[in-house]
Amino acid sequence: MKFRANLWIGGVLFAAVVIGGTLAPWLAHTDPVMDANLMNAEVPPGGEFWFGTDAQGRDIYSRVLYGARISLTVGIVSQLINTVIGVALGMSAGYFGGWWDDFVNGLTNLMLSIPSLVFALAIMAILQPGLTSLLIALGLTNWSYTCRLSRAATLSIKQQGYVEAARSFGSSNLRIMLLQILPNIAGPIIVIGTLGMGGAVLAEAALSFLGLGIRPPFPSWGSMLSDARDQITTAPWISVFPGLAIFMTVLGLNLLGDGLRDILDPHSQLRKA
Amino acid sequence: MLPYVVRRLLQAVPILLAVAGLVFVMFSVIPGDFASTQMADGRSVVDAEQVARMNKQFGLDDPVHVRFANYAMKLATLDLGTSFRTRQPVINSLLERIWPSLQLAIAAMAFAIALGIPLGFLAALRPGGWLDMQSMFVAVSGLSLPQFWLGLMLMYAFALVLGWFPSFGYGDGNPRYIVLPAVALGVAPLALLARTTRAAVLEVMNADFVRTARAKGNSEVRVMRWHVARNAMVIVLTTLGLQFGSIMGGAVVIEKLFAWPGIGSLLVDSVSLRDIPVVQACILLLVLFFLVVNIIVDVLCALIDPRIKYT
Repeated sequence: MKFRANLWIGGVLFAAVVIGGTLAPWLAHTDPVMDANLMNAEVPPGGEFWFGTDAQGRDIYSRVLYGARISLTVGIVSQLINTVIGVALGMSAGYFGGWWDDFVNGLTNLMLSIPSLVFALAIMAILQPGLTSLLIALGLTNWSYTCRLSRAATLSIKQQGYVEAARSFGSSNLRIMLLQILPNIAGPIIVIGTLGMGGAVLAEAALSFLGLGIRPPFPSWGSMLSDARDQITTAPWISVFPGLAIFMTVLGLNLLGDGLRDILDPHSQLRKA
Repeated sequence: MLPYVVRRLLQAVPILLAVAGLVFVMFSVIPGDFASTQMADGRSVVDAEQVARMNKQFGLDDPVHVRFANYAMKLATLDLGTSFRTRQPVINSLLERIWPSLQLAIAAMAFAIALGIPLGFLAALRPGGWLDMQSMFVAVSGLSLPQFWLGLMLMYAFALVLGWFPSFGYGDGNPRYIVLPAVALGVAPLALLARTTRAAVLEVMNADFVRTARAKGNSEVRVMRWHVARNAMVIVLTTLGLQFGSIMGGAVVIEKLFAWPGIGSLLVDSVSLRDIPVVQACILLLVLFFLVVNIIVDVLCALIDPRIKYT
């Protein structure tokens, strides 16, 4: 089996973020929210504070570690919601056809015509800022590709002999969808999900940066950058590390997604970008 | 050609209406209303009577379907309502912000196209070569960078340290002001274009008609220009159209970061203030823009590739 650089580099980057976030209470030097100390405000990186401190004297290294928890939660949970919605709608539309198919198609076209970050922004305008709202906003706005793909794949798979065979054995529709069709479309769906997770991490950071996602003092990378903007002249390092963390996470997920696609979905129609 | 464009534009109308309906329903289930948000500043007590008066003034206490019917009727005459905040017609604030947004979008896309397409093309000429590896590394990095962070870093390096460009603002159209936001916004589409161009060129280069063109004794330049590039551009343009939505999402954040007076920063400000008529109008305008871009893309594809018929 040939060495796949993107899969390995992506996997290592993503694993580093997962480990950093999971072990944050042990790896961090201070509490990310409570340990503010104005005596230590805006200390440059080095020595006691590896990544320096912010305007409230909080250790940026510790806050970046804890920030991984928020980004990963948002990335994983919102993408799971998207995947469940997309697969359920797409597979049922392809399987049953008829008016339901028309309805789902219309809904997908509608979703595709609204830029997803703009849609998420609109949802955040209704809900109170916070983690749950972010999960809802990002979980409801990015399922259209999964839906299209599941529908198209279901349309071709339901004509196969083994689906007919399962039906003649008396399998229920639900059973056929879950046991005969789903395993056959799982590969591309995992790929879209992985790439979508990177997108969700970016969207969370952007929304928090705009003050519409996670609010300070909680250490989301986006909200840290939003705070850091005011100190960019005096303490640029405050802006550097949260941004690098986002970049590393998303790069890891994108490389992982590309690598998985080469393995799971070699003849992909979705080789766009 | 013209009937096709007109038909496509007409097809956009039901989509816009559906988006208007969706956005409208979303904002009518809203828990906190504008009137009480306006007054709940932590200092003053929310005056129930005043809330009722504001709700009446903006017609917010009618049933939902009545409000939507009114809204749709007004929409047809381009009356987008009155901003809760400024008490001015929404259309006025939109109109003064369209041009700055367009300027920024055009500048960013020009930057992305000027670098991204040649980069992808050169990378595809020697797949696996040095330039290919470099440019694909740049492309995957560009797609993973948070745009607003890139903007912040550009601002620090080129405005605050080197002082080459102003750090933010519109500068009354002074071109120096557009450089940093356009670059920050353009890097993601640049990366996308480089990747897509590379993939498209590689795909087309393996096609039978390219082999035939070579076999006929055409020069390599001619094969590339007339047989590969034209066919690859159709794929690139289509992808660009589909991905334009995420570019617009990026523009919203970049406009806010650089205090660029466009639709995006208006949207963000209005979301924070729950100025619902403005939020609705901004979303509709962005969706309209997205649809129009995709119509333009389809027309361009048909111009490049005569096999594409308008149906």
